[in-house]
Amino acid sequence: MHCSCVWSSRALSPALLPRLLSHAGCWAPGTKPRGIWSSPRRLASAVETTQPIPLPSQARVVICGGGIVGTSVAYHLAKLGWTEIVLLEQGRLGAGTTRLCAGIVSVAKPISIECKMADYSNSLYEHLEEETGVKTAQYSLSEVSKLHPLVNIHDLVGALHLPGDAVVSPPDVNHALATAAAGHGVQIHERTTVNHVMMEKGHVTAVETDRGAIECEYFVNCAGQWAYELGQASETKVSVPLHGCEHFYLLSKPLPEPLQPSTPVVMDMDGRIYVRAWQGGVLSGGFEKNPKPIFTEGRNQLEIQTMQEDWDHFEPMLSALLRRMPELEVCEIQQLVNCPESFTPDMRCLMGETPGVHGYFVLAGMNASGLAFAGGAGKYLAEWMTYGYPTANVWPLDIKRFGNLQSSRTFLRHRVMEVMPLLYNLKVPRWDFQTGRQLRTSPLYDRLDTQGARWMEKHGFERAKYFIPAGKDLLSLDASKTFYKPDWFDIVGAEVKCCKEAVCVIDMSSFTKFELTSTDDQALALLQHLCANDLDVPVGHIVHTGMLNERGGYENDCSVVRVKKNSFFIISPTDQQVHCWSWLKKHMPDDPQLHLEDVSWKYTALNLIGPRAMDVLGELSYVSMTPEHFPSLFCKEMSVGYANGIRVMSMTHTGEPGFMLYIPIEYALHVYNEVMSVGQKYGIRNAGYYALRSLRIEKFFAFWGQDLDPFTTPLECGREFRVKFDTDIDFLGRASLLHQRQEGVSRRFIMLVLEDHDTELDLWPWWGEPIYRNGELCGTTTSSAYSYTLERHVCLGFVSPPSLDGSPAAVTPDFINRGDYEVDIAGQRYPAKAKLYPFSSLFAQQRRRKDEMELSNFQGK
Amino acid sequence: CNLPQSFPLAKLWGSSLFPCQRQLPCCPTSHRPTSSQPHPIWPTAMPVRGYRRSPDLHSYNLTPPQVNSILKANEYSFKVPEFDGKNVSSVMGFDSNQLPANAPIEDRRSAATCLQTRGMLLGVFDGHAGCACAQALSERLFYYVAMSLMPHETLCELEAAVEAGRPLSPILQWHKHPNDYFTREAQTMYFNSLRTYWQELIDLSSPGESLGPREALLSAFKRLDSDLSLEAQVGDANSFLHYWVLRVAFSGATACVAHIDGSDLYVANTGDGRAVLGVQEEDGSFSAHTLSNDHNAQNENEVARIQGEHPPSEKKTVVRQDRLLGLLMPFRAFGDVKFKWSIDLQRGVLESGPDQLHDNEHTKFIPPNYHTPPYLTAEPEITHHRLRPQDRFLVLGTDGLWETLHRQEVVRIVGEYLTGVHQRQPLTVGGYHVTLGQMQGLLAERKARASLAFQDQNAATHLIRHAVGNNEFGAVDHETLSKMLSLPEELARMYRDDITIIITQFNPHVVGHQRQGGES
Repeated sequence: MHCSCVWSSRALSPALLPRLLSHAGCWAPGTKPRGIWSSPRRLASAVETTQPIPLPSQARVVICGGGIVGTSVAYHLAKLGWTEIVLLEQGRLGAGTTRLCAGIVSVAKPISIECKMADYSNSLYEHLEEETGVKTAQYSLSEVSKLHPLVNIHDLVGALHLPGDAVVSPPDVNHALATAAAGHGVQIHERTTVNHVMMEKGHVTAVETDRGAIECEYFVNCAGQWAYELGQASETKVSVPLHGCEHFYLLSKPLPEPLQPSTPVVMDMDGRIYVRAWQGGVLSGGFEKNPKPIFTEGRNQLEIQTMQEDWDHFEPMLSALLRRMPELEVCEIQQLVNCPESFTPDMRCLMGETPGVHGYFVLAGMNASGLAFAGGAGKYLAEWMTYGYPTANVWPLDIKRFGNLQSSRTFLRHRVMEVMPLLYNLKVPRWDFQTGRQLRTSPLYDRLDTQGARWMEKHGFERAKYFIPAGKDLLSLDASKTFYKPDWFDIVGAEVKCCKEAVCVIDMSSFTKFELTSTDDQALALLQHLCANDLDVPVGHIVHTGMLNERGGYENDCSVVRVKKNSFFIISPTDQQVHCWSWLKKHMPDDPQLHLEDVSWKYTALNLIGPRAMDVLGELSYVSMTPEHFPSLFCKEMSVGYANGIRVMSMTHTGEPGFMLYIPIEYALHVYNEVMSVGQKYGIRNAGYYALRSLRIEKFFAFWGQDLDPFTTPLECGREFRVKFDTDIDFLGRASLLHQRQEGVSRRFIMLVLEDHDTELDLWPWWGEPIYRNGELCGTTTSSAYSYTLERHVCLGFVSPPSLDGSPAAVTPDFINRGDYEVDIAGQRYPAKAKLYPFSSLFAQQRRRKDEMELSNFQGK
Repeated sequence: CNLPQSFPLAKLWGSSLFPCQRQLPCCPTSHRPTSSQPHPIWPTAMPVRGYRRSPDLHSYNLTPPQVNSILKANEYSFKVPEFDGKNVSSVMGFDSNQLPANAPIEDRRSAATCLQTRGMLLGVFDGHAGCACAQALSERLFYYVAMSLMPHETLCELEAAVEAGRPLSPILQWHKHPNDYFTREAQTMYFNSLRTYWQELIDLSSPGESLGPREALLSAFKRLDSDLSLEAQVGDANSFLHYWVLRVAFSGATACVAHIDGSDLYVANTGDGRAVLGVQEEDGSFSAHTLSNDHNAQNENEVARIQGEHPPSEKKTVVRQDRLLGLLMPFRAFGDVKFKWSIDLQRGVLESGPDQLHDNEHTKFIPPNYHTPPYLTAEPEITHHRLRPQDRFLVLGTDGLWETLHRQEVVRIVGEYLTGVHQRQPLTVGGYHVTLGQMQGLLAERKARASLAFQDQNAATHLIRHAVGNNEFGAVDHETLSKMLSLPEELARMYRDDITIIITQFNPHVVGHQRQGGES
């Protein structure tokens, strides 16, 4: 099936842009523009100046990189009232990728935060007063040919027209932003290379350049292609995981009948190309299947303008272009431009404060969408630096989702070769990267692999998705890509059944594990401040708690074990390794008697899940594991088989009965072997994360990173029972939560059970599907799974009532209970039953206090 | 050029447009050039030097898989087995292939490893006036070489085993394509001749002695040719065999044989086959180093040799129109007793021969100006080359290959195929006026050229694809290939000759090591 997108655009007059932007009334009236460049004219003349203006000896912020990203950050910081901003550029402004890139601002992006950024960029570049929503419309084919005179429509079945997309001249936008920033007092120095970033006690203190040092509080790395190396060039090395790839586009001479500048940009995803009008001809590039990584060895080619053209490499894209627009055959070639772009390991940009170094911010790795993102990303980063966090959830872009482990050049080189083609691939659900794998593994990896494990990767760690029974095999990788019922359906079903009826082992070693200890009660004090739940519990107790920010939003969702009086074992999601560490470090007092250690690598975690788990463990330890002797949410150090000192915890991450075993890694194989051999008579088998996911979603368990984010509070997801409102401990976020409790929540996490959905024939929900209530859009799903128990699909997601007077309305029980809910899967709406807590029958084995799950705020109103 | 179905072949033969290559002009009136005729000793070869390009008469369109199945029908690869994960031989293996133009094909090839002595033997044989002589060479020549190389003691053991009726330990390990056959009926006779040869070798040598490779090759070539001649003179009681030995002797064949033992490469050449070494230069490019001399009119030394072997009165007739006695293109060959025996001997043998021969005007024909036979010899010219690490491969080919591709081009194609590197200049548009359509065409062609290398698993097949399918730009063109390969049998020979190729790849590690060992 061929599908093409026709994106309309309005070309902006380059001449108009600087004027528009420099007259934007965003700064306080009366502030006299000062600094080196205050007008476009001076900007132009400054370039010719042979005597460079001396650098200031100190500044508040130093931004490295004079491309569109750096100038956007400078512009937005200045807009937010920052002063003493210095922007340094090693060559000339916009001389890197910005100068060469194709100039398309497309607002259709895979995830919503990216759409928001592109949307903002678009309106910024056009200088519209308000941000506009993305207008999309399905177009019939005859309309496509009307919109674009050259498109061959014979093999198309449909097209998507985005009138909001725009085409701009990147150097002009760059110039305009620089001029506007200069107008705000930003000092811009070209031909100044940052050699080294100085730090003291984890804070940025100064920047050393080839023209002298500048003392500063903040440093922003916007060095694009060179951001990785710049990160390495600091006292504490900063990991900026990105890697360059060559990117080619073609410029043609004008057509006999020149193409109008207003002609829409065409993106042909199957042909992997984009085409826009350019000076009466076309500009066309693409994202090929076999990218050419570049600059792996580092900064050996400063002059990226002298890149080689490679026609043989461009051949598939040229053929795709001529297939889509056959009339271009007679058009003459002007030039093939090689414009390197930088890519990241997961196709999302890198933004935010680096872990471990205060005041060191990064904005780079734009994955060939620099122009589209620069405006919005610059705004978010400026907000981040100003308020401590942006006004939207940028976790998918947060540089803290990566650590040093993603900084290997070999890893980056291999991964970006996989990432770049994905830009124009169909994004299928549950995509696993194929490159850069088997980096972090459990000691049981080989053992599980030979038993048929199929693997996924999280934060570099291999985790089993499911286990293929001997003699069976799945489809090939390509054939298994589907939005419908996947080929692993029955396999996961069998694992779920075993978890429900017997016992399963899941290797969950990837979890982030910290140990916080102190000589006195400093550890408890810190955790009481950071955690919403009460941690002053007897030794051996396990507490599920969120770590909230000032707004009351989840920075982390974890389980904390009080191992000793002043020693806590903190278990967090896998991808929290860098983020949680940096969150704890940020709030830790400078006390040598308080010690935080990352022990993730020291323990192998096995989850014994199912009603017979206690029988297996009982046999291995000669200790009764029944709920009477080992109640829920307890932790004991005990022996399992020959191995002593195993931390056994009566909890699972799915709500099923069972135990987590935290095993020092050298015992891992022994304990696993013992568990499997004793478990045989109880029908034990391996299970993977897909079974886990199905179990936790049908039990309405929210996961951080999927359902929970820094803008979600415990009240919004029915976890008030995990907040210590009944104490007067002033934990982080308490005030916001109290306020929210008073006002009522304006969005609520609910569970939707799909009805009239044919698992075999209908498209499956995955996440991000719109939720409708009584026909009105009221939210989106955040995760979903097939529940083998309910034999239905279960979606989790947030809904909010429509706002009547502009201010957010509070969620009422009626809003949830008395509405007709529908989930929209690819244009087809399925009725769904909305629920605030899971089916109690699912808890037959392990009853929980039901009132805990109730929403007290509902009862209070 | 449109050739009607019933075109007068005779006329064409006589015309200078299609100069005969190594065809003995038979009597056109009595010889009908159809393959349905009872088998003549001089079959309907129609060799042409300047092959016509792009035949447009019967352009059957072959699909790429059909083309491939034709090209790959005779391909064969041999990889020297590794011991302990290491190949200790200086030869990594070889690829060979042949593409017929004659029906049946007159080229033959052989490859074998010597088991009693060291080394590997590879050879291509280009038959003319039938395939019989080339067939005999392909079966017998390597046994003669192997015998010649054997030390006195081994020969004595062999003789003792035969004498006592004990089984013989094998002498050669053949590496044969299923289409490479042996003439079963003649094996006893061949064996007896061979035994006579080794008995003589025993008599002529003393214990502890063996011939060097140069002498061995020389002796083997000359001995086999004399055996072919002798067997034809003696005849056989079995009329089929009698007929067969005459066919062998009255047809001819050239031979180009390589013997590789460690770093020592010997090439023995008789005729116009050729051995070319592919040498990789320091910059990665390949250059051709020829290890044999062509024995034909283009070789002044050969012309001078032949003229010198005959009285001055024959100076003008012995080489005429670039042919030996105006008839034969190669100046050295096995068989071809018409150029070796006296007129009396030829007549005598034919009269006592089987009836089939009597109808054949061909055999009765005596070359003009035939005064001082023999005019032809099978004595090879022998070249020795000590392999260096930069010597990557050896191409043995019959003249069908060398007529279509220059040796430098051959070495480049094979070298790039084997290294997988296509040394192509990157394209730049510069200031030229190129349209997108033109560029697409150009790129598609470059791509096709690159992908051909992946299509072939056999270097010889890859080379044949180029030899037959190259268009005027030096790129393989499917249309050209399709036309050349779909020619009807009776026309194919006008556009191309049989092509036989063996490409041997050397093991640079072993070659370098042995050299070092040898020099230190």
